[in-house]
Amino acid sequence: MKREDDFVVLMPAYNEADRIATTIAGIREYCSAEIVVISDGSTDSTAEKARETGAIVIELPFNLGYGAALQTGYQYALKQGYDFAIQMDADGQHDPAFIPVLMKEVQTGRADVAIGSRFLGEGVYHLSLTRNAGVLFFRNLASLLTRQTVTDPTSGFQALSRKAMEFCASEAYPTDFPDADVLIMLHKRGIRFTEVPVRMHQNTKKKTMHSGLVPIYYLFKMMLSILVTLLRTHEHRRQS
Amino acid sequence: MTWQLKTVAVFIGATLFIYIIEMVRKRKLREEYAWLWLFTGMMIVVLSAWYDLLLYLSVLLGGILPSALLFFFGMIFLLLICLHLSVKISTLTDQVKRLSQDIAIMRSRRNIGADYRED
Repeated sequence: MKREDDFVVLMPAYNEADRIATTIAGIREYCSAEIVVISDGSTDSTAEKARETGAIVIELPFNLGYGAALQTGYQYALKQGYDFAIQMDADGQHDPAFIPVLMKEVQTGRADVAIGSRFLGEGVYHLSLTRNAGVLFFRNLASLLTRQTVTDPTSGFQALSRKAMEFCASEAYPTDFPDADVLIMLHKRGIRFTEVPVRMHQNTKKKTMHSGLVPIYYLFKMMLSILVTLLRTHEHRRQS
Repeated sequence: MTWQLKTVAVFIGATLFIYIIEMVRKRKLREEYAWLWLFTGMMIVVLSAWYDLLLYLSVLLGGILPSALLFFFGMIFLLLICLHLSVKISTLTDQVKRLSQDIAIMRSRRNIGADYRED
């Protein structure tokens, strides 16, 4: 059931049973919006824990990956008729105090996507050397290709308008690590995005999505995705 | 090419061809996946039975060994089949993802008793 707020909080979660309730409680301190947890084939009690807090739980039958879980959230939000959505991580890394700040950007129509950047002055966030190199590389590439400054292309703390959600719910959205390539796709489709300084908590316990050989695959996938996005001129023209 | 080798090659090609037709007949293999396999089987038969064509092609490609050319073609066909399968897997992955998302959303909406507003 749709609540008073015209936005919804979307939270993909994979085996976050011990943190999900705290994260949801944190969000409720700052907004009364409906919270939707997309349990991405979790094998622990993530779904039950989230349901106990009163959140809506969408349970994917098996692990589809972060991007696909997020996309499920957008599809739900659109079906329920929401005009705006906030996406954030379930591990409490994103500070919910910044939800109203991000939301204001899209609700006032200043942008279709407001990205919470951890590198714009709110708090200090340290990355490992390799991740830092990756962020730096894609930051520059995304800035160059979208002709606007991008500082945090991998941020998962964002506010979206309906127009942006419609793109993210479509088949064109890359569900396999959606990051810098999404920004370029948004830019090509004329969907405006802006960055807002937010605070992110350093999470030492977090089992990162980028470990082992994954960064190499990530680099390859991102470069290929960006390349084909640039080559798909017809698709963008048709849609615009 | 010796007649023994020719016989074996024709036999393998023909068996492959018949086996694929049989699989399609039994509905174990869909027609859309069968065509490339059938084409491969047919090419093996044609190239091994019609030695002059193989010879002509090997001269055309710079006078390489006819038998090496057979291997070369075989590899090209296998590559094409692998590519074809990768494309199909990509489509299936997208379809499975889409289905799981729809099922998950439908289940959650049923659980909360939401109004099934039609899109």
